Amino acid sequence: MRIIVCIKQVPDTAEVRINPETNTLIRDGVPSIINPYDTHAIEAGLQIKEKTGGKVTVVTMGPPQAETALREAISMGVDEAVLLTDRAFAGSDTWATAYTLAKAIEHIGADVILCGKQAIDGDTAQVGPEIAEFLDIPHIAYIRKIDEVADGRMVVQRLMDDGYDVVESSLPVLLTVVRELNVPRMSSLKGKMAAKKAEIKKLSAADIGAAEESLGLKGSPTQVRNIFAPEVKKDRKIFEGTAEEKVDALIKELVGQKCL
Amino acid sequence: MLIKVNRDKCTGCESCIQSCPFDSIVMKDDKAEITETCQFCRACLSVCPEGAIYEIEEASDRKEKEEGTGVWVYAEQRDGVIAGVSFELLGAGRSLANKLGAEVSAVLFGASEADARELIRWGADRVYHCDDEVVRAFNDEPYADLLSGLIQKYRPEIVLAGATPIGRSFIPRVAARLKAGLTADCTALEIDEDSRNLLQVRPAFGGNIMATILCPHTRPQMATVRPRVMKRGAYDESRQGEIIPVKADNIKSRTKVLETIKEVSDISVNLQEANVIVSGGRGTGGEKGFKLLHELAGALGASLGASRAAVDEGWIPYRHQVGQTGKTVGPKIYIACGISGAVQHVVGMQSSDIIIAINKNPEAPIFDIATYGIVGDLFEIVPMLTKKIKEAKGL
Repeated sequence: MRIIVCIKQVPDTAEVRINPETNTLIRDGVPSIINPYDTHAIEAGLQIKEKTGGKVTVVTMGPPQAETALREAISMGVDEAVLLTDRAFAGSDTWATAYTLAKAIEHIGADVILCGKQAIDGDTAQVGPEIAEFLDIPHIAYIRKIDEVADGRMVVQRLMDDGYDVVESSLPVLLTVVRELNVPRMSSLKGKMAAKKAEIKKLSAADIGAAEESLGLKGSPTQVRNIFAPEVKKDRKIFEGTAEEKVDALIKELVGQKCL
Repeated sequence: MLIKVNRDKCTGCESCIQSCPFDSIVMKDDKAEITETCQFCRACLSVCPEGAIYEIEEASDRKEKEEGTGVWVYAEQRDGVIAGVSFELLGAGRSLANKLGAEVSAVLFGASEADARELIRWGADRVYHCDDEVVRAFNDEPYADLLSGLIQKYRPEIVLAGATPIGRSFIPRVAARLKAGLTADCTALEIDEDSRNLLQVRPAFGGNIMATILCPHTRPQMATVRPRVMKRGAYDESRQGEIIPVKADNIKSRTKVLETIKEVSDISVNLQEANVIVSGGRGTGGEKGFKLLHELAGALGASLGASRAAVDEGWIPYRHQVGQTGKTVGPKIYIACGISGAVQHVVGMQSSDIIIAINKNPEAPIFDIATYGIVGDLFEIVPMLTKKIKEAKGL
């Protein structure tokens, strides 16, 4: 089985704060990590390989420093890492990103493609399904369990608002995964050694045969017009006194507001 | 378009570096330089005290704008029941259409003709309805095929869908196929009246910033919209409209839904419909803390929510999660217990009418957005609150 996992290097958004005076993001000391959902996709890829044999390749599109994320994936046990890097990719929205990744996947070849359900910086959840569309293969989003991987087919559980669906698909297929799917493994010592030595394969726009007008800013139908800080409201009542007095004051307010 | 730095004007003050949400500005020879990760958000333009940063438009940027007319709403159903977000989208779509002088059409796959009539009463002028077997259960390919085909035939200007598991899964396929701009999980929509462009506002970076997104050249402009943020329009029993039947001929699916499992919990997890939500975070310390919240929720007839921290710890299943990566809720009362109030959580609950915060740490940011705050140990406060609420209700 040829398995490709698409990953993204992101700032750890749990650590990002807004400077209230300048309304700008404070990024100092914010670590870059593999998008957390993508680590579950890597784990899923490794588990499928353990069952069926084959090879797991991680792919990312990004600046040269995204290599760190790829080496981390190798330390978890993936066989091969590919970095798509080219100035022509700059300014890509989800459309152009998905197009570029799809061209690379075509170039490498895959039976199963795995992505995290979304990246924690953009939170769009669009790139996975868009890749599947460009490749003209089926996709299933929000996978919480893989029930079966057999010749030419897969059965998975898709998380929905009210429960889950059991869905069957032919191969090749693209899956986007949620955290409930698995617990990503830690890097082994052997993995860390391999990560240090591994050669990261670099591919440019020309290498993957991508059409220039579909790349980067030119290939992106959406544009960011501006960014701003979210509003926060300021009127509030903090109760004083003993625990019991505070609770009584709260109950009084709620009764006054006809909430009880 | 490109963002450039005038090296003669740049004094190397580094103000711009802090302003960049994408970490795309570096110092080179004591001057600012924009790197290739630039997303062209223009945040740095207004920050530079010297006016040294500017934008230039490339000749190839000036494309002909594509045409289209009308606002479309994809009305989602599951098991023949229309999702609440569909009515909210009709409300939002109606007000956009009024500004554009356009009509509102709904697209409904599955469900009945009676449901299509309901969409008209909620504000649609027209409903494209397909009730063929192949679209009754949700599969991405037939949904994407059918919707893409309709869009190509009728050429709407705007297409809205719910940012639900269904909308966020198949709408991207439609956008990819049509080469249309698609903005995910919008929380506000406006029309720029000069250009007729749709201004799409959405949170990013875990809700730490808001971004306004445009699709200046392509049509339709597509957006998924977060449930529970748009207001429903007026319901008019006598409203008339047209229902156009659509056939799903030659539409195939390489995926098949074998089974649909509804998960029931002893306490309602239908957070988006709840009037009262009791929610727990890291401060609950685990199952013991959640048991107390469970009792409080029981006394109030409330649903149980949780922060990402509590879900990540495995104390409570993901479907209870409120926040940027969970559900967005807007109950009458939201009680946050042991939740610090990270922006990622706050964006999912800040539209609640009354927010009650219970937290040990008086500096916790949750108090900044709270209507009422109690600084204290939830293991002491919550049981007392449960007892007194029961008394107040005469239970």
